[in-house]
Amino acid sequence: MGIRSHAAHLLDVTELTKTFKGLHALEDVNLQLDADEILGVIGPNGAGKTTLLNLLTGYLLPTRGKIFFQNKDITALRMPAVTRLGIARTFQNIRLFGAMTVLENVVTAQQLRTEFSLPEVLLATGSFRRKERELVEQAMDHLSIFGLEDHADQLANSLPYGMQRRLEIARALATSPKLLLLDEPAAGMNISETDALHEMILEVKRRFHLTIILVEHDMRLVMNMCDRILVLNYGRVLATDRPEAIRQNADVIESYLGKAHHTAAS
Amino acid sequence: MNTKMQRNGFLVVLGATLILLVGLSSSGSSFWQGIFINLGMYIILVVALNLSNGFTGVFSLGHIGFMALGAYISAILTLPLDKKASYLPDLPGWLAPVHLDMMIGPFPLGFLLATLIAGVLVTLIAVVVGLVLMRLSGHFVAVATLGFLVIVRVVLINADEFTRGSHTFSNVTAYTDLWWVYAWVFIALIAVWRLKFSSYGRAMFAQRDDGIAAQSVGIVIMRPRLLAFAVSAFFTAVAGALWAHYLTSFSPKAFYFDLTFRVITMLVVGGMGSVTGSVVGPAVITAIAEALRRLEDVTLLYGVSQIVLAVLFIVIIVFRPGGLMGEREINFAGLWQRLRFRASVAQEGSAAEP
Ligand SMILES: Nc1ncnc2c1ncn2[C@@H]1O[C@H](COP(=O)(O)OP(=O)(O)O)[C@@H](O)[C@H]1O
Ligand SMILES: [Mg+2]
Repeated sequence: MGIRSHAAHLLDVTELTKTFKGLHALEDVNLQLDADEILGVIGPNGAGKTTLLNLLTGYLLPTRGKIFFQNKDITALRMPAVTRLGIARTFQNIRLFGAMTVLENVVTAQQLRTEFSLPEVLLATGSFRRKERELVEQAMDHLSIFGLEDHADQLANSLPYGMQRRLEIARALATSPKLLLLDEPAAGMNISETDALHEMILEVKRRFHLTIILVEHDMRLVMNMCDRILVLNYGRVLATDRPEAIRQNADVIESYLGKAHHTAAS
Repeated sequence: MNTKMQRNGFLVVLGATLILLVGLSSSGSSFWQGIFINLGMYIILVVALNLSNGFTGVFSLGHIGFMALGAYISAILTLPLDKKASYLPDLPGWLAPVHLDMMIGPFPLGFLLATLIAGVLVTLIAVVVGLVLMRLSGHFVAVATLGFLVIVRVVLINADEFTRGSHTFSNVTAYTDLWWVYAWVFIALIAVWRLKFSSYGRAMFAQRDDGIAAQSVGIVIMRPRLLAFAVSAFFTAVAGALWAHYLTSFSPKAFYFDLTFRVITMLVVGGMGSVTGSVVGPAVITAIAEALRRLEDVTLLYGVSQIVLAVLFIVIIVFRPGGLMGEREINFAGLWQRLRFRASVAQEGSAAEP
């Protein structure tokens, strides 16, 4: 009985616009996302892909436009509040808690859904110990999905690059999101690493009933994984369609795919 | 298994400390007692500063201001009535009749109350100050907190009806002894340790490592920072109260750059982020300072100790910026394993020899 038509969508973005000192990083983006979908976002560098994620998570506030998540207006919410509502993300330039261990990185995200009172902590009560144990167990569970359980006690910044990327996804997952935003998770990975990543993402999607927005340059990964693809160019939506249709779309080929294919071939 | 060993290790250290304290207090050597009382007060100051500066990365230079407030507030509260009337005649009417000098048998309950009241009041001040300052970061915090230190000094000097201004505030009852100091050392160390290995501590370290990533996992940066600042101010004020009732006379100039620098040196040498370091740092610096003081007395080169400590500080910052401990803690399980390993190596060595 919703008055608004977006009632059915998990995410409903209208006329989303972000301007940096006159530069339109994102302009009039409309986007509806249903639960269980995987949406790919592609476009050349500077197209506004990361800016879109920054707006959806409240890291940046839009110049104009609205963002509804589960029928709730989250346009003005900042990052911690958005995360609490169930949108988690990774970063294009990996952002880990470098001086903390792999396990601590995940537990720090995991604790979002657990309340600790100060007296409980200072007195190290039984309930405190129990909750800590549970957090660690859940975190180890997440780590094992990403093949990181043997590195739990290592410092995050001592991990090799590919593992850092996976740890970031594990950490995002630990906040128990409904919507997961991945910003170029396969960047810098070789084919087999990318394939492994593909499997892991599908695995967590199934296990945790996730909806995913995947920003990615690796066309093979995007085409294989996504239900729909949104193409950005100079901050504007060039097309939103199924992968097969995007592959045929002349505009897209012109502005992006052509170039990407050329560079891939060369 | 590991946690059990860690716990046993703690109990051993606790037992050894207790034996040391009993020995010290029954030996009657006021020289060694004095050294250990000072060391204990430094440990409280350093572990408190570590919670704020080390855990959250918001580097405060103003903490000694909290200490000064703790010292003055508690001293005003414990001053016996007769002394109060003659010594602070201009106290406002509501404060003049307050005298927390009551005893339960040999136990100075009034002193405990005064310490707690000073701690709570200073914590409230820290929350107000923190709400403004914890939004800043980097150099801005350092400058702003230094400003706080200066403001406290100016207030203390000008509030003469409470503090006797820049005159020495004396006649404070000497309640502080080894047991008081080390009871508070114990409480402060346990509290900061437990905070470190809790959701609160992880939030502090996380926002220090990467503020944006911390927010992306739901951490509101202000909260861990403010908590650290407030709890830190509480223990710093407690150290001030202990200090006041140990020295029994002091003036605002006792709580200024000298002490600020010394405590920060201890923190950096021990290791920002390490609770163990907050014991190691004060111990090492106290030992060096004490040795150098002897040297000064012999060579008559007064000031050498200050210079040496400053140089040490610079050397540590340049060559070992994490301090002696970094962020690590003492690991009894690891220690035990290493000892056993050495023992077994030695055994094999001796077995192979003939
Ligand atoms: N915080 C910012 N301040 C100023 N300009 C920015 C900011 N973030 C992004 N931009 C600009 O917005 C445009 C889109 O950037 P971005 O979203 O990072 O692109 P993409 O992720 O698609 O490569 C670029 O021209 C970039 O320089
Ligand atoms: Mg980008």
